[in-house]
Amino acid sequence: MAQSEQEILAGLADIVNEITGVAVADIASEKSFTDDLDIDSLSMVEVVMAAEEKFGVEIPDEEVKNLVTVGDAVSYIAKASA
Amino acid sequence: MGLLENKTILVTGVLTDASIAFHVAKLAQEQGATVVLSSFGRASRLTQRTSGRLPSTAPVVELDVTSEEDLAALPDRLREVGIDKLDGVLHSIGFAPEAALGGNFLNTAWEDVATAVHVSAFSLKSLTMACLPLFGDKASVVGLDFDATVAWPKYDWMGVAKAAFESTSRYLARDLGPRGVRVNLVAAGPIATMAAKSIPGFTDFEHVWATRAPIGWDISDPVPAAQGCVALLSDWFPATTGEIVHVDGGVHAIGA
Ligand SMILES: NC(=O)c1ccc[n+]([C@@H]2O[C@H](COP(=O)([O-])OP(=O)(O)OC[C@H]3O[C@@H](n4cnc5c(N)ncnc54)[C@H](O)[C@@H]3O)[C@@H](O)[C@H]2O)c1
Repeated sequence: MAQSEQEILAGLADIVNEITGVAVADIASEKSFTDDLDIDSLSMVEVVMAAEEKFGVEIPDEEVKNLVTVGDAVSYIAKASA
Repeated sequence: MGLLENKTILVTGVLTDASIAFHVAKLAQEQGATVVLSSFGRASRLTQRTSGRLPSTAPVVELDVTSEEDLAALPDRLREVGIDKLDGVLHSIGFAPEAALGGNFLNTAWEDVATAVHVSAFSLKSLTMACLPLFGDKASVVGLDFDATVAWPKYDWMGVAKAAFESTSRYLARDLGPRGVRVNLVAAGPIATMAAKSIPGFTDFEHVWATRAPIGWDISDPVPAAQGCVALLSDWFPATTGEIVHVDGGVHAIGA
C-alpha cells in the first residue's frame, strides 16, 4: 500500500518522538537528525529499525548515512515502499 | 534433532541484527535452544527490538558487565524471566574508547586502556562467575575473539585487550574445568557490525582478508562465526577447553 509523504512524515515523527522524546511538533522535513534533533547513532539505529517495521521497507546501513534530514528519510521510505 | 536441544543459553552482545551475537541467538534457537539475551543501559531497548527479529522473541535482562551490582543480580534477573539453569553463555562484548583505537597507540592514557580491558577482557571472568550458580554438571562458555597473536593496523589497545581476553579464557578453563565448565573462543575474521564500523582502520582488515584467506572471506556474512560458536556451545566439543577456534577463512595460517 503506497502512503503519501505526509502520512510517512507523521508516522516517522511518532517513531522519533517515542524513541527520543523530541516533541512531534518539532519534527519537520528540513530538520537534521543529528544537528537539529540531537539524535545520536544508537537512537538513530533504533529509529531506522522502527521505521523498517512500521513501513515494511528495508533501509540498508549504507543508506542510513545519506539520511541527513527527516525529509531525506521520508523520501527514501516513500520510494522504497512505492 | 538440533545441536542445542534442551539447552538454555545466555547470549550477551545482541545490539542490531548485524551483531554476531544475533546470529548466534538465531542459530541456537533453530538448533533447539531456549535463548535469553542480555543488554545494558540505553542499548537495552534496541536489543529488545532486535529480539523481535529472532525466530522467537527472547527475553532481555539488564547486564552491564562492568557493574558489580548487575553481575550479582544476574541469577535473580534470569529467574524472574523463567530461567533457572544455564547450559551455556556467549560472551560477545567489546568496547574501547576512541582514544584507544585508530593509531594513537603511543599516547593512549591508562584510563582508556583500563576501560577497554575491563569491558572486553576482564568481563569474561566476571560474566562466567556471575553465571556459575546456574550451571549444572556441565556448561560451555564461548567468547568472540579477534586474533591477538600479532599487531594489526589501528586495532591498538583493543588488540591488547583481546590478548588479555585470550589469556583469561585459558585461566578460566584451568580453574573451572574441575566444575565441568569448558571455556573456548572463536577468533572470527572481520565482520561489518556496528562495533567493527567504529574501528577507523576496518577497511585495512578487509583488504588483508580479501587477499589472504585461502577459502575466501565475506565480511558481510556473520553466519560462519555463529556456527562456530554454536558448535562449541553444543556437546560436540566435549573434550575441548582453553581453545581458540579460528573462523577466519584460514588467514591465521597464511604468512602472506
Ligand atoms: N565484527 C568483527 O569484525 C569482529 C571480529 C572478531 C571478533 N569480534 C568480537 O565480537 C564481539 C561482538 O562484536 P560485534 O562485532 O558483533 O559488534 P556489536 O556492536 O554488535 O556488539 C558489541 C556488543 O558489546 C556490548 N557491550 C559494550 N559494552 C558493554 C558493557 N559494559 N556491558 C555489556 N555489554 C556491552 C554492546 O551492547 C554490543 O551489544 C566483540 O567482542 C568483538 O570484539 C568482532
